[in-house]
Amino acid sequence: MQFLKLVLRNALRHRLRTVLTLLGLVVAILSFGLLQTVVSAWYAGAEGAAPTRLVTRNAISLVFALPLSYRDQIRAVDGVRAVSHATWFAGIYQDPKNFFPQFAIEPRTYLAMYPEYLVAPQEFAAFLRDRKGAIIGRKIAGTYHLKVGDVLPLRGTIYPGTWEFTVRTIYDGVDAKTDTSQMFFHWEYLNETMKKRSRSHADQVGVYVVDVADADRVAEVSHAVDALFKNSLAETLTETERAFQIGFVKQTEALVVAIQIVSYIVIVIILAVMANTMAMTARERLAEYATLKVLGFSPVYIAALILGESVAIAAIGAAIGIALTFPVSDWFAAQVGTLFPVFKVSGETVILQVLCALGVGVVAAIAPGRRAATVKIAEGLRAIR
Amino acid sequence: MPIPVAYSVRNLWARKFTTALTAGGMALVVFVFTAVMMLDAGLKKTLVATGQPNNILVTRRSSGTEIQSGVARAQAAIIESQPEIAIGPGGVRMASKEVVVLITQPKRNTGVPTNVTVRGVGLQGLTLRPQIRVISGRMFRPDSAEIAVGRSIAERFNGTGIGERLRFGGRDWTVVGVFDAGGSAFDSEVWGDGEQMIQAFRRTAFSSVAARLADPSRFDALKPRLESDPRLTLDVKREQTFYEEQSQVMSNFISYLGLTLSVIFSVGAMIGAMITMYAAVATRTSEIGVLRALGFRRGSILAAFLVEALFLGLAGWVVGLALASMMQLVQISTMNWQSFSELAFRFTLTPEIVWKSLVFALVMGLAGGFLPAIRAARLKIVDALRAA
Repeated sequence: MQFLKLVLRNALRHRLRTVLTLLGLVVAILSFGLLQTVVSAWYAGAEGAAPTRLVTRNAISLVFALPLSYRDQIRAVDGVRAVSHATWFAGIYQDPKNFFPQFAIEPRTYLAMYPEYLVAPQEFAAFLRDRKGAIIGRKIAGTYHLKVGDVLPLRGTIYPGTWEFTVRTIYDGVDAKTDTSQMFFHWEYLNETMKKRSRSHADQVGVYVVDVADADRVAEVSHAVDALFKNSLAETLTETERAFQIGFVKQTEALVVAIQIVSYIVIVIILAVMANTMAMTARERLAEYATLKVLGFSPVYIAALILGESVAIAAIGAAIGIALTFPVSDWFAAQVGTLFPVFKVSGETVILQVLCALGVGVVAAIAPGRRAATVKIAEGLRAIR
Repeated sequence: MPIPVAYSVRNLWARKFTTALTAGGMALVVFVFTAVMMLDAGLKKTLVATGQPNNILVTRRSSGTEIQSGVARAQAAIIESQPEIAIGPGGVRMASKEVVVLITQPKRNTGVPTNVTVRGVGLQGLTLRPQIRVISGRMFRPDSAEIAVGRSIAERFNGTGIGERLRFGGRDWTVVGVFDAGGSAFDSEVWGDGEQMIQAFRRTAFSSVAARLADPSRFDALKPRLESDPRLTLDVKREQTFYEEQSQVMSNFISYLGLTLSVIFSVGAMIGAMITMYAAVATRTSEIGVLRALGFRRGSILAAFLVEALFLGLAGWVVGLALASMMQLVQISTMNWQSFSELAFRFTLTPEIVWKSLVFALVMGLAGGFLPAIRAARLKIVDALRAA
């Protein structure tokens, strides 16, 4: 009790300095938390992938399409429960910076495969009836203030021209991890138009999504699908949805690594500030510590006093920083809109924040604590500030 | 009469540990600030260097990238025949009809499948890009299944050594050479014969047409004429402008993220400087009293502490910049979001970045030292002397 009182009194002795240090800590812990959240948002697509879903794409690269005729051949593979397809549209809504993914899909089979996208049955029926209809995610609706019935024009980059869609339904995610920043529309609409314009682009789809009945047979089925089209005009590559998503993330990994490094640099910066504070504090109080030693307190007790003060300041700073992380990340998520499909502070991030703060508190106390514990009494009493 | 600068500097030296920690914190902030700007500069330099000032690039309207673009043979022929296009030796039109696609290739160390740009060029494709030099092996022969790879590709990808074969488009392609494209985006590409590739990929249209202008100033006449031609629906851009635009999304992301981080981090470093300077003022109260008693004015005291804070910033800048300049040895390769393909570039230090980071560091020092210096200047002589 006595010890805690001393620690707290000491921490509050130099109000201005403590407040400044706390402020620094809050900024550091907050930005560390945000950066870690950015990194996990990067991987969000892979997190939401189901283990039994496979993606089959052209083996050369995603730029090349697959013929529609593959659908029935894949469906016939043993172990396959359902097959659907999706085609990347790459349309621009008003301005290139308003990015969200758009897919031309086969509506019935595709949404049946993604139970995590929740749609109202009546609205979905309306979507099925309207060939120019579109389903958009809740996040798109929120960011661009779209509602059911609105017209959504997209300027095509792969498929030239302006395409007009009518929002027929807005889907919600089954939980916070679900990506609600996508748009889906009828592949038939795309295909009919391509048939008129350029026959060579008709009856082509981007990727096939394959639902496997048994999670244990995923590897077997993916081999079977690829073997089917070996030495054909369009060889395929089938991988799990997770591997497919990670493939994208991996290619921008350099940036993720840079953000990771930077997030730890901010911790080192605050460590320097905190260590400086503790060093100055201990230097100023050297005479007091010598006095405590004269009174018979052990060097360990004195070191513990400094450590306690350092950890206490770090803990308060961390608590405020973590508490602020949540509202600030919500604000940030609202600002960037559909750029990051999922932007949520994870439990791991909070644990990392706590650990980093404690680490800073402990490391900052090492040098001053040792100095105060080992100083000779006579020297300490004589010390000039 | 001002107090000698030596007084401020020696004060910093007297408390080496504290000075080192404070300046160290600032150095890290300067490092982040500088490194991010260097990254952005490197990205822009790479993409701008890719374009030649007197070349134009024609793509399908609003396709944005060459990969999404398509230019039919008939359209390409119209472009080629424009009077503004230069005529080379032997009367050939200086234009190259190109096929640009992505293939997926595993990276050498990590095995990560990565999108690589493959460019099939016309006969004039190499003449149009004088920055390309073969550094080992030889250039691919026209009308053959030979390819040459950029140096970044040769360094990073499996199966790209001379004599090795890459399989794509249903056939094998033999690597016969490695070229250096002077740090441009072509360094991250695989080049081969355009006509061979258009057949291998079963395309009916080219991706883009690159051409040299006989007179660069005629661009302004050519562009509106081609773009308003109802047969074409194409975008005509200077090659340099086109590639510069390819860097936009990535460059914006890097600079916004970098700026936000620098500002947030600098708050931490400024607080560190403030703590140090407040302590410096507190421990030197009696010294300040003596100086005032000797006749130094408040302004001189203020200046002395500000100079001290500026030196802290300066020390942080020197260390931070030294760390950052070492980053020039690092090459970064990542997927460019606009072209969806691998792009390698370097951290590049420019004079502009050097002085920007200096200003940044000094402002940080000044902002941290301002309040403490004011406190020092406002001390009353009697109180200050009594504090001893």
